[in-house]
Amino acid sequence: MRKLSKLLSGVAIAAIMAATPAVAKDFKYAFQGDSQGLDPHGLNETFSLGLLGNVYEGLTVYDENLALVPALATEWKTISPKVWLIKLRQGVKFHNGNDFNADDVVFSFARTQTKGSDQKARGGLVTKVVKIDDHTVELHTANPLPVLMQEMAFLFMMDKEWSEANGATEAANVSDANEIGYANRNSNGTGPFMITSREPGVKTVFDRFDGHWNKDLKTNVTHVEFTPIKEAATRVAALLSHQVDMVYPVPVQDWKRLDEAEGVRALKGPEARTIFLGMDQSRDELLHSSVKGKNPFKDIRVRKAFAHALNLDAIKAKIMRGAATPSGLMVAPQINGFNAALNTPYAYDPELSKKLLAEAGYADGFTLTMDCPNNRYVNDEKICQAAASMLAKIGIKIDLLAQPKSKYFGKVLAQGGYDTSFYLLGWTPGSIDSHNVFANLLHCQDAENKMGAFNLGNYCNDRVDEITGLVGAETDQAKRQALIDEGFKIVQDEVGYLPLHQQPLSWGAGDNIELNQRADNVFDLRYVVVK
Amino acid sequence: MENQEIERGRIADFLHRLNDNDIWWSFWHSPVAVLSAALALFMIFISVFASVIAPFNPFDLASLDLMDSSLPPVWQSGGDPRFLLGTDDQGRDILSTILYGSRISLLVGFVSVIFSLILGVGLGLISGYVGGRTDAIIMRIADVQLSFPAILIALLLDGVARTLLPKDVHSEIAIYVMIFAIAVSGWVQYARTVRSMVMTEKVKEYVQAGQVIGLGQFTIMWRHILPNVIGPVFVIGTLHLALAIIIEATLSFLGVGLPPTTPSLGTLIRIGNEYLFSGEWWITIFPGAALVAIALSVNLFGDWLRDAINPKLL
Amino acid sequence: MISFIIKRLLQSMLVMLTVAFISFGLFRFVGDPVSNMAGQDTSIEDRQELRKSLGLDDPVYIQFFNFTINAAQGKFGQSYMLREPVRELMAKRFPATLELALVSSVIAMLLGVPMGVYTAIRRNTLLSKAFMTISLMGVSLPTFLIGILLILLFGVTLRWLPTFGRGDVVQLGWWSTGLLTASGLKAIIMPAITLGIFQMTLIMRLVRAEMMEILRTDYIKFGRARGLSNRSLYFRHALKNTLIPVITITGLQIGSIIAFALITESVFQWPGMGLLFIQAVGNADVPIMAAYLVLIAFIFVVINLIVDVLYVIVDPRLRASSEGD
Repeated sequence: MRKLSKLLSGVAIAAIMAATPAVAKDFKYAFQGDSQGLDPHGLNETFSLGLLGNVYEGLTVYDENLALVPALATEWKTISPKVWLIKLRQGVKFHNGNDFNADDVVFSFARTQTKGSDQKARGGLVTKVVKIDDHTVELHTANPLPVLMQEMAFLFMMDKEWSEANGATEAANVSDANEIGYANRNSNGTGPFMITSREPGVKTVFDRFDGHWNKDLKTNVTHVEFTPIKEAATRVAALLSHQVDMVYPVPVQDWKRLDEAEGVRALKGPEARTIFLGMDQSRDELLHSSVKGKNPFKDIRVRKAFAHALNLDAIKAKIMRGAATPSGLMVAPQINGFNAALNTPYAYDPELSKKLLAEAGYADGFTLTMDCPNNRYVNDEKICQAAASMLAKIGIKIDLLAQPKSKYFGKVLAQGGYDTSFYLLGWTPGSIDSHNVFANLLHCQDAENKMGAFNLGNYCNDRVDEITGLVGAETDQAKRQALIDEGFKIVQDEVGYLPLHQQPLSWGAGDNIELNQRADNVFDLRYVVVK
Repeated sequence: MENQEIERGRIADFLHRLNDNDIWWSFWHSPVAVLSAALALFMIFISVFASVIAPFNPFDLASLDLMDSSLPPVWQSGGDPRFLLGTDDQGRDILSTILYGSRISLLVGFVSVIFSLILGVGLGLISGYVGGRTDAIIMRIADVQLSFPAILIALLLDGVARTLLPKDVHSEIAIYVMIFAIAVSGWVQYARTVRSMVMTEKVKEYVQAGQVIGLGQFTIMWRHILPNVIGPVFVIGTLHLALAIIIEATLSFLGVGLPPTTPSLGTLIRIGNEYLFSGEWWITIFPGAALVAIALSVNLFGDWLRDAINPKLL
Repeated sequence: MISFIIKRLLQSMLVMLTVAFISFGLFRFVGDPVSNMAGQDTSIEDRQELRKSLGLDDPVYIQFFNFTINAAQGKFGQSYMLREPVRELMAKRFPATLELALVSSVIAMLLGVPMGVYTAIRRNTLLSKAFMTISLMGVSLPTFLIGILLILLFGVTLRWLPTFGRGDVVQLGWWSTGLLTASGLKAIIMPAITLGIFQMTLIMRLVRAEMMEILRTDYIKFGRARGLSNRSLYFRHALKNTLIPVITITGLQIGSIIAFALITESVFQWPGMGLLFIQAVGNADVPIMAAYLVLIAFIFVVINLIVDVLYVIVDPRLRASSEGD
């Protein structure tokens, strides 16, 4: 029924648009940062890809419910476990009027492997692209890869002729001091919006592309201005004073203000990002702790003690203003492979924690440095502070090191030698699938096979490693789910991580704006309706 | 023995000079001066004895309860009698945190001012008295120094210190980093003022007389020139104290201030800043008022002192 | 005289080189730029490769050397985060910052000078004391809080003024100005006031001190004896003599205003160099940081040089001594 009414309203809007095509609707929005250049293969990061997703398109696209739908490909199927046959959409035009065809697909995949590209991993999933005819291609993968088309949603297609004519056949290379790259400043996609002017870090202007293949898009917007506004208070003020129509992110504590203010509202939704704490479980002595000669986190009782000391409900109620979803799993409900039956957080029980610590021989607690970003996730620093005071109650003295993200990541990630003992991190699997979490967070660190790169504390279990491989190749959904459940169960029982919650999406918009708040925090102009 | 005599003589001389300026008379007859001095002393007193006066110790993480967070002041509905001025986002008592925070802010202010005062006066004396190449070098260093805004120095020094100093004492280190950064960024003004005064003083007869009778350079600078420049330096120092406290607050806005677990007034204001729109005004306004009380009283006092000693100073 | 200027120019070059060298020594501590330049799926080898190609693994002196060689040819590389040539970014952002600095100085003068004159002439009136105290209150609050409070009052509650950005700008050659459009003028009011409060206090105090000094001098006393009116004494004679040091100081302060515009620019999302720099620090964007610091050093050095040269021209005694060494 709801679907029907949605469909009807969609039809109604399409009808209105067809009747009055000349009505120009302007829309202004602000985000905390700017896209890093315009090159579609320049940076594999949510905001940049989200912004460029209005201008460029992949073979597939996520719809408003994060379901995969056709975009530049109309049909796809596996003709053998490692070969996909893709039918391309006919009659698609780039903004400059060129036709989209199989040559552009072959070209775009090759371009992802050039020096400046940050899409090497995604593009590299496909080892060979074979052009069958102008609108049919074969994609070959090294291994069976059921999630290939999910990955394709963020791999954007470029025009071969345009790129060649403008010397943009290679991804813009930021380390080249003399050559900025044409595609970094100019764009020519197949998407519903064209970038008509841009001053990096100040303003980007989009205009509607009349030649877009999809005439049924929900949006009625014809002209868009995007401004980065760094300070949260300034951003919220811009919305409250109606200088912009939409801003994100909004601090969760400002929801009340937005809801009470005239003409604007807060938009809240669950995000697919899971926030968790990680512990160094591999070093023989922690780098930053008062415990010398051994690693307390190697003792499961200590990990359990930590787990039961955290009051997730208090964090939800007070720090997140009721907006988080306490989590027992390392994946969010939107992620393929999530199982509600396993999603029970560790119970809050500080007495049990104290007992466990005493049993483990730390009755008097110990000192531990906690690494925390202070400008990456929703209220990240405040969560760490709250965790520190909860742990203080069971005798763990936390020395909190909260830093801006460039310093934080420089320290705790591989390039900093995983220099951390206890940390807070957030993760959204880019493919919207649990396998990504297994490969990056749960698998033992294995630089050679590019596994466990974000398993900063090197949680390690042989069966989990085995499951990671099996999940990646299993195409039978039921079997695959059983494997995923088994893996998550092991991690839970061993307290490999301390999941906290899924953070909320927190946006704000004018009352006259209708939009779609997608769980991966991508803001898609295709769904913006100005009333 | 003899040295002590001379020392005593110098102090007496200095006090005498103060008296000559009718400082005391002027002080007791200026209500602004008396009031601001009283307020400044009061703020210093309550922050020094914070641990005795404050109802809670907000730096003791184990004593905080997240469920007590964001409570309004006691006179508003929803207020809790335990927390006179309300609580912040972590459940810290605002009153106690202000007291402890003032202590940190004043400590940062005082120590960094003393540090830059010693550095600046020393370099200024040398620069002005010796002149020539030494002067040029010191003044060019001052130029380099001025080219780095205090904010940036702190930002960069923070990183350096964290990398170079022992790793597991960040909260303790942060305060020294802050002091050092503000001190390093503040010495130039003293140096320039002292230098220009020395250049005027050194051509005067008494210095030349000293040179004629063969007194060493160091003696001349220490005994004869320094006492003449000490007044203005003291004035700059007072005004600089207020500025240092404000700079510390500004730095915390940029996220390089003191850690949120041991907040200074500036850090508190920065935290509260995030709650201004949501109506939890007490997290910003009370610490803000405390900061104004400290900075304004020190400023007013410094202002009066400037008028009393030398109105031409900036 | 010429040898003095040449000598100072050489010293200035040295100052800028030192600034650049120190900067490169410190950049490695600001954070790892690569973590912001690569997505989460980017492999460790690719990250390492990127670091290498950016020259981030080179020793400090090599990085400094490369920077200096390139800078001497006018090449400042490209920004890591905005992926634009640094030179163009700076050229685009410089007018915004300079306009903000100039307008805030003008506001500071327009308010500071009359207040200074008044407090000097009527030292003990209530209004005079109020001016003194209120102006000090302005410098007793951190800039960011003043900015936010202004936004809350004039932007959100009263909706008189825009809360962010520069409004519409007009392009005059390579210079973009917001001073010729209504929205641009409205947009500059709050940031300029926030930035100008400190200056205003300074100017007011300076004018007051100078006026009081001059009013004590003999020639004013003679004037009074000759029967000149107070008004003509105060404004024609005393104020005129006061303004020279005031203008000098204000000029000298332009450099530090530009440097301190960082906070104001971030609070109001003012698209100037300071905002660019603050964001660069957050992202460890080395090329922007280096270029900004050298540019600020350059501005300071030039202003100092001009002042020193003027002093030498004005005061012949200094000329003799400067040529002596």
